[in-house]
Amino acid sequence: MSTGTVGRKSTSRYFPPSFLKYFKRKLKWSLKKEAQSSAVTPPSAPVPPLSTGSSLTKIEVKNKHNNSFTTTTPRTHFDTADSPKMTSSNPSQKKRRIALGCEGSANKLGIGIISHDITTGEATVLSNIRDTFVSPPGTGFLPKDTAAHHRAFFVRVAKTALSTAGIPISEIDCICYTKGPGMGAPLTSVAIGARTLSLLWNKPLVGVNHCVGHIEMGRTITGADNPVVLYVSGGNTQVIAYAEQRYRIFGEALDIAVGNCLDRFARTLEISNDPAPGYNIEQLAKQGGRILLDLPYAVKGMDCSFSGILTRADELALMMKQGKKGPDGEPFTPADLCFSLQETIFAMLVEITERAMAHVGSNQVLIVGGVGCNERLQEMMGAMAAERGGSVYATDERFCIDNGIMIAHAGLLAYETGFETPLEESTCTQRFRTDEVFVKWRD
Amino acid sequence: MAVSSPEGQGQFPLPKILTYPSSTPPTLITQGAEGRVYKTTHLDPSRPCILKYRPPKPYRHAILDARLTKERITAEAHVLARCAREGVPVPAVYATDPRAGWMMIEYIDGVPVRQAINEFLGKRPETDQEKVAAEETDNVPLIELLRRIGATVGGLHGTGNVHGDLTTSNMMLRPFSTTIAAEGSKARMVEGDVVLIDFGLATQSSSEEDRAVDLYVLERAFASTHPRAEKLFQHVLDAYEKSFKKAGAALAKLEDVRRRGRKKSMLG
Repeated sequence: MSTGTVGRKSTSRYFPPSFLKYFKRKLKWSLKKEAQSSAVTPPSAPVPPLSTGSSLTKIEVKNKHNNSFTTTTPRTHFDTADSPKMTSSNPSQKKRRIALGCEGSANKLGIGIISHDITTGEATVLSNIRDTFVSPPGTGFLPKDTAAHHRAFFVRVAKTALSTAGIPISEIDCICYTKGPGMGAPLTSVAIGARTLSLLWNKPLVGVNHCVGHIEMGRTITGADNPVVLYVSGGNTQVIAYAEQRYRIFGEALDIAVGNCLDRFARTLEISNDPAPGYNIEQLAKQGGRILLDLPYAVKGMDCSFSGILTRADELALMMKQGKKGPDGEPFTPADLCFSLQETIFAMLVEITERAMAHVGSNQVLIVGGVGCNERLQEMMGAMAAERGGSVYATDERFCIDNGIMIAHAGLLAYETGFETPLEESTCTQRFRTDEVFVKWRD
Repeated sequence: MAVSSPEGQGQFPLPKILTYPSSTPPTLITQGAEGRVYKTTHLDPSRPCILKYRPPKPYRHAILDARLTKERITAEAHVLARCAREGVPVPAVYATDPRAGWMMIEYIDGVPVRQAINEFLGKRPETDQEKVAAEETDNVPLIELLRRIGATVGGLHGTGNVHGDLTTSNMMLRPFSTTIAAEGSKARMVEGDVVLIDFGLATQSSSEEDRAVDLYVLERAFASTHPRAEKLFQHVLDAYEKSFKKAGAALAKLEDVRRRGRKKSMLG
């Protein structure tokens, strides 16, 4: 993740003047929006003002969810903060465990609060707050700026999460944070925040593997029992299946991640990064489809490679800008390029997933990670699964895109088996493979 | 891989080549992620053959699908033809139709090497007495088989191709035509030519890295399918070393590959 996410255009270590101008505009807009939103928030739970003077982002609070799912049989139900079930914090009557999760391995800062019913194990999302650092078109998010964003917004997001959940601090059992994998600087910033909360409230810490967080959240939301998992995001591309207390990696990207390929191509085309570059590519691709441009197709067994495809797509984009014609003698558009890129890389992902499914003999597939929101990918995966007599499970952007709730959920699962991370070991790491985690909570 | 079953045949439409009237009804042998393998005959009802069919994938864009199917069938046939020309024991290619996505190859009459080795090793020894007996078993025929495997893989690499998915399931044991060993003897179980099959992931490559990865995959597969014969794997490598000129360099690289594993460390 750290390699590819560095912006190509803004290689300077300092903000160029245009960058600052951009953020000033963003801040103005965000303050306006905040004023509007605070008008509807009940006065009992005001959003505390931002204490630091950062002007780096906009606030996005995406928690008012409806219960519609793109998937089957949700096992979880969602309470909004307006209806907290119980407020008692008496440990003798304890019926549920509550965890607060802090996520910040990339450009999303997410803090979520989840509760598990002690008897049934049913998970309830109490709050799920996210704030995204959006960089201007043509640039990526630099670790330094992203970390500054996370530091600036940690307190605000944490307070919003608490007030939305409507629970007293005494009810929280543990503080979960992302130990890795991810970008170093943002991870460290959020780990400091988590340690601070832990010391402040005297709660145990639980370090969580980001990938395991995605998998566990996906399983719980969709109710998929033992699926083959395709984990696709800006930093990771893995095909995973569970066996003997570990999530084993059957296939993975040999170079850059699939989301990184999409993000960087969005930069080449200077498509907006708001709300996400991949989302804008998806929308653009819907207008394409007149032709399929020839791109490399790099699958090797259950592994795949994306860097060559990106190079070729960039070359084609350059040809397009120079006004050259496509293979059929007609000029092609950015929409055609986005369409061809999506068709090619998603076909590769579906192919390696299919191979893993044949290998382990499963017919369920679960898609998690930011790229998993892409409806074309879900559609292609659905066609493959249907042919094999199986089904595909996917979640929407609240749980696909990095969030705090998945860290809280996976952390609480580990905490329930007696796992804790002592303060002196509460480090974070950029390299943390999914199969390094001992999964004690599954059999 | 799903094993053939009567329902298995009804489940899929047959490739067009197999829908023509014929005296030998095709039987589905296996179905993998990539395609299906049928047994049928070629030209003459007495000449059995294998038909590998890659059906179109509904999820893929039609143009991309046609391109990939064509490329893959052609690549596989190329590698097989090249190996056959150089004398590496592989199934002969009878016919291909890359556009329709099928390829007819020779039917190898025999058992997979995996099965032969496991039968030779017999049941897992349970009592101490049995363990002693197992150690005393004369392993010479098995060692000879492992040496033939090493030589065959070396022969393949010598032609400038790598297999991509070397396992003992992807090798067939074709019995020697003039067998003198007594019927039912243990030595007979592991006799025969080692024929490499399933070149679906094969590529043309002469790099030491690719060869070493090929050997590493075989080593890992061997250890997991025949844990009790793991100690004997060195015989495969010994025979491999003598099989072609640059084998030594590939074996040196194998050390590197073993040390790092096939997988990279996670970059986050």
